[in-house]
Amino acid sequence: MELKEKLVSSFLAFEEEYTGANDDLHKIRNQAIKDFETIGFPSRKEEDYKYTSLKSVLKENYSLFPKKENTIEYKDIKKYLIHEIDTYDLVFIDGIYSSHLSSTTHDKIDVCLMSSALNKDLYKPVIDNYFNKIAPKNGLNALNTAFTKEGAFIHIHKNTMADKPIQIINFSTGNESSLLLQPRNLIVVDENSHCQIIERHQSLTEHPVLTNSVTEIFADKRAIVDYYKIQNDKLSASLIDNTYIQQKSESFCSVHTFSFGGKLTRNNLNFYQRGERIDSTMKGVTIIEGKQHVDHNTLVHHIEPNCESHQDYKGIFDEKSVGVFNGKVVVEKEAQKTNAYQSNNNILLDDKATINSKPQLEIFADDVKCSHGCTIGQLDEEALFYLQSRGIPRKEAGGLLMYAFANNVLESVKIPEIKKRINKLIALKLGVELGFNL
Amino acid sequence: MAYTEDDLKKELETKEYEYGFYTDIESDTFPVGLNEDIVRAISKKKEEPEWMTEWRLEAYRHWETMKEPEWANVHYEKPNFQNISYYSAPNKKPKYDSLDEVDPELLDTFKKLGISVDEQKKLAGVAVDIVMDSVSVTTTFKKTLAEKGIIFCSISEAIREHPELVKKYIGSVVPKTDNFYAALNSAVFSDGSFCYIPKGVRCPMELSTYFRINQAGTGQFERTLVVAEPGSYVSYLEGCTAPTRDENQLHAAVVELVAMDDAEIKYSTVQNWFPGSKEGKGGVYNFVTKRGICEKGAKISWTQVETGSAVTWKYPSCILKGDNSIGEFYSIAVTNNHQQADTGTKMVHLGKNTKSTIISKGISAGQSQNSYRGLVQINGRAQNARNFSQCDSLLMGNKCGAHTFPYIEVKNKTGQVEHEATTSKIGEDQIFYCNQRGIDTEKAIALIVNGFSKEVLNKLPMEFAVEAQKLLEISLEGSVG
Repeated sequence: MELKEKLVSSFLAFEEEYTGANDDLHKIRNQAIKDFETIGFPSRKEEDYKYTSLKSVLKENYSLFPKKENTIEYKDIKKYLIHEIDTYDLVFIDGIYSSHLSSTTHDKIDVCLMSSALNKDLYKPVIDNYFNKIAPKNGLNALNTAFTKEGAFIHIHKNTMADKPIQIINFSTGNESSLLLQPRNLIVVDENSHCQIIERHQSLTEHPVLTNSVTEIFADKRAIVDYYKIQNDKLSASLIDNTYIQQKSESFCSVHTFSFGGKLTRNNLNFYQRGERIDSTMKGVTIIEGKQHVDHNTLVHHIEPNCESHQDYKGIFDEKSVGVFNGKVVVEKEAQKTNAYQSNNNILLDDKATINSKPQLEIFADDVKCSHGCTIGQLDEEALFYLQSRGIPRKEAGGLLMYAFANNVLESVKIPEIKKRINKLIALKLGVELGFNL
Repeated sequence: MAYTEDDLKKELETKEYEYGFYTDIESDTFPVGLNEDIVRAISKKKEEPEWMTEWRLEAYRHWETMKEPEWANVHYEKPNFQNISYYSAPNKKPKYDSLDEVDPELLDTFKKLGISVDEQKKLAGVAVDIVMDSVSVTTTFKKTLAEKGIIFCSISEAIREHPELVKKYIGSVVPKTDNFYAALNSAVFSDGSFCYIPKGVRCPMELSTYFRINQAGTGQFERTLVVAEPGSYVSYLEGCTAPTRDENQLHAAVVELVAMDDAEIKYSTVQNWFPGSKEGKGGVYNFVTKRGICEKGAKISWTQVETGSAVTWKYPSCILKGDNSIGEFYSIAVTNNHQQADTGTKMVHLGKNTKSTIISKGISAGQSQNSYRGLVQINGRAQNARNFSQCDSLLMGNKCGAHTFPYIEVKNKTGQVEHEATTSKIGEDQIFYCNQRGIDTEKAIALIVNGFSKEVLNKLPMEFAVEAQKLLEISLEGSVG
């Protein structure tokens, strides 16, 4: 049976199982499954998926509702957590919340579960206001919405600073032979508030996993949101990450995406600027090899004047890997004085590796400064020679140069422990002995 | 009762019958609509050999199975292909008796471009009774060209007189089934130019359709084929800067360039078709397929200045097949009022050490939309391929739009690609600086726009460059403020 039919037919059972009080949710989910039925999964015929085919990941016979109990201990997962610092943790195992591995709070800020937010009256106003409000109607979003059950719910109240970074980690145990996960996150950051979030998807065995995650983030006036995505999964795991961010005046949002692992990774990252003097930043480092495929699809929608956006994506591609960058900046005619920068730099290390880049600008306002740059090239022979002449072997010299190439994206990372960890990952990935401690 | 497609079909069928189609070949204009008989009739009218007729028919049959493309960033009412007359002979009767009858606005533009009175008459379609200079010029040209063995004639003439050459190269770069409009053109092309430069010959002068006056009115489906044998060089000019008033709404031309080993083709276009009224009514739809193929060490250089047409859809491309070949694309696209342009280039790197350069300047004013759409593709075997692209857009007013859609596909680690694009408006400080020195705002803008487009204007042949510069000023007139 095709995955699409399987999903549609299992929806009924899923709906019956749900006994929550929120009638609106029923409506939303029923509408979503209808939308999914008509739209289906995206194909390469669509412009947005021209360079990325989901065929290979959709052919697995995924189980949708894992049954088996899991016995994961803290020691099994410690290395995947940023454990050096104190954090709030939301740990999900095979899509089910693991209370003994997590630490949540309701003190001034709400760091809790989507399932409880959907079912408790206390959160109803927030859910009504924000849930499923900015995710555009497409097959993948509709599918996720229809099966919305669990995920992270984070609400930072007005004038509050989250005292610790928040980690959202989805583990898959591999108890099922193959698994489809659909986490749904909602993050609402009120006026003058601040939070830092780290998201990670990790499988613990080599069984195929497909994650179709949807995250909606709302940053109110003067809010600051820093979001870090670490994508370093096993080669059997694929991830479709859909993140939508709506910003109000003078807010500042940044999303850093580090893609090192996984079979197929597709990042749909959309920013909607609804206010003036907004800053949106998105940065990414991609280092992949083998038959890996990483696709960054970004959109910044400048709707009002005096806003800025910065995009900086770097990629290093070895062996038969494929990289895709599809960045779009739209400037509406009211959005005068917009500053939008986009840059995409790539290094190919093998003749079998491919990069497809499509940096697009759509501009309707005249008083703007918009630019994009895209380069594809190799390491500078002269720089290599310089290092070699100083006794550094060619391999290490190349590694060092690539390290430097990727490393400057990290400058804007605000949590030192993450910077350190990513630096180590980059060094490891490139096989560089840095010879100094970070 | 609503008029349905079936009604139309019926009507067309009866129409054909009514006029006794087969006996009507002598008439100057064919009945509206398109079918195999029309294609055959066009071919017969042109006294084409059997293979050409068959070629056209194959194209037509394929066209029937195709759909009109919709991916371009332009919006327009689709032409009804059964409502067009696909052949009309050049109109020999002059439109006007004297210049006084011609639209004064048109004459004003001629004056600004510095076109001589005789030429003005010719362009506006006024009867000319004196022998114009350019006729004698043409004869001299023909003699010089013939001495060198260069063939430069209309494509119909070439099909009749040099069938072996045409047969070998036509459709070799743009296959007749390439895309919707190329297939349509292949089926019904009315006329066009053919140019053949023998081995090692450097064409002594700029070849221009402008001078080929004996074949006026090449019609709406133009077909151009330029073949440069090994080691030869030719510079070809197409179009002219003078505004062209044309009643044909749909123009679907095909241009094919073949550059053999170490040959060089320079192809310059100035397009200034009727852009429609200020309110966006009327205007020409310009859907063009232009492509060149480069063998070893060959070079193709496209230069275009696009100021006319209501809707433009044009991507002059280079297939860099041979090692060490070079492709270049220099473009200025100006859109004003309600014009829409979706233009750019494709550079396909197949051979080793191939190089390509793309410089594209878009200027949008009024309520126009101007898009750059380009593809740079470096294939697995194209070692050391190199590309540099630069797309700059200038916006005037906040009712227009400028868009960039570059596609970059690299499959080789030795490939080097750089792409950069900027969008901005004319700086207030720049205008202030000019005002301060006594240059009024309109002049200042013309000055700045010319500076902005200089890189491309420099690539045009001398006399063209001067006219193109003036053309830019005229196209942007009234867009200030």
